[in-house]
Amino acid sequence: MRSIVPLFKREFLGYFRSPVGYVFLAVFLVASVILAFFVGGFFRGGTASLESLFNFYPWLFLFLIPAAGMRLWSEEKRSGTIELLFTLPVTTLDAVLGKYLAAWAFLSLAVVLSFPMAVTVAYLGDPDWGVLLASYFGSILMAGSYLGVCSLASALTKNQVVSFVIGTLACLLLLFLGLSVFNTLLSALFPTWLVDLLANFSFSTHFEAFTKGIIDPKDVIFFLSLSGFCLFLNVVALER
Amino acid sequence: MIEVKGLVKTYGAKRAVDGVSFKVNRGDILGFLGPNGAGKSTTMKMITGFLRPTAGTALVDGHDVTQDPVAVKRRIGYLPESAPAYGEMTVQEFLGFIAEARGFRSAAERTAQVDRAISLTHLDPVRRQSIETLSKGYKQRVGFAQALLHNPPVLVLDEPTDGLDPNQKNEVRSLIKSMAAEKAVILSTHILEEVEAICTRVIIISQGRVVVDETPAQLQARQPGARLDVIFRSLTQSDV
Repeated sequence: MRSIVPLFKREFLGYFRSPVGYVFLAVFLVASVILAFFVGGFFRGGTASLESLFNFYPWLFLFLIPAAGMRLWSEEKRSGTIELLFTLPVTTLDAVLGKYLAAWAFLSLAVVLSFPMAVTVAYLGDPDWGVLLASYFGSILMAGSYLGVCSLASALTKNQVVSFVIGTLACLLLLFLGLSVFNTLLSALFPTWLVDLLANFSFSTHFEAFTKGIIDPKDVIFFLSLSGFCLFLNVVALER
Repeated sequence: MIEVKGLVKTYGAKRAVDGVSFKVNRGDILGFLGPNGAGKSTTMKMITGFLRPTAGTALVDGHDVTQDPVAVKRRIGYLPESAPAYGEMTVQEFLGFIAEARGFRSAAERTAQVDRAISLTHLDPVRRQSIETLSKGYKQRVGFAQALLHNPPVLVLDEPTDGLDPNQKNEVRSLIKSMAAEKAVILSTHILEEVEAICTRVIIISQGRVVVDETPAQLQARQPGARLDVIFRSLTQSDV
């Protein structure tokens, strides 16, 4: 387990050794603020909250997290460094966890860097800090699950484009399962209990409560167990 | 030091490695010869624990690679074919990462190991340069430095002199020779003169099987006066 540390450090710092990390952070922050201001009606809403920001996170994550996660394993496979990595005295689990946690920390940094928005809200009004903190917490947890799916997609192929497409599609499915439009469509085909069951596997269903300031253990467990399951499959895919 | 017992690797119906067995003792430099696709690299990847054998196993210093791969990996320095490395890192950063992952946790220990590897492979002029900007010869030496870093009792080198100019080839050979006394070395090569120059034993592998396991002198004695490549061709003709 101690060998996770060097792997984590290399992967995390790797984002900043090339323009990739800076470009990602800039795009993430600019896009989230544009969406909140121009689509979400940040000022028009007239409330001291960041709901208009967080509501777009599931959609923003849909494209940006596969972009951040696609390189995790595909790049190692393409450049052959995977051979180097797996002839170091580390287990597959160490390697998977080290890389995953590094990417998660990077994404968390992206989420946390939106704090000037929170400061703005605090300057303009009197926000509910509990709701804000719960939203940040939920966003980071959700980012972890998106990343788990994308890391798995990345472990399946050495082509980053294929990895991006698989990751996006899988996340899209997990997001759509909770949307009422999609569910109406499904209920025409499947019995209600099945549709309800499927809706329980959706990112949006579980994320919503956080943006209202509710930290429900079952939502936390959902995100953590989804990430855990993906990482388990990730280890299996690499040991194959 | 290394004991390879009936290694088999199949890809679908193709047997890439078909029951390879041999032993390498301390002080031996084993030259691994064979046409492309004969199974040299696959055998090496199984000894280093990167690939899981379909059948058979390899013991390194008494540790079974299928039972305890991490213990085996700790004892081996491995230079994969075409020396992959994380291109965005500088030579120093990369070797520092390898040292940390190899268990040199304190900064002082790490610096000592990195400096030793850098001076052995004459990388000092480029130590602060990123690896992707280096010439092929330097990249190969970075791979070599990485393999030597933890002063392992066993070296597995896949085409260590590939892409080097004649002077660099000479230098790498004398470096291998100088270290051979206290190590067991396996190196694969296409260059027959290299075998004559440094190897104490030769294994020729053809279609996944060992066809020759003897000293270079015995190989030469098969057809006195003939050039080695003529002997090599007659032994591996079934591959063509």
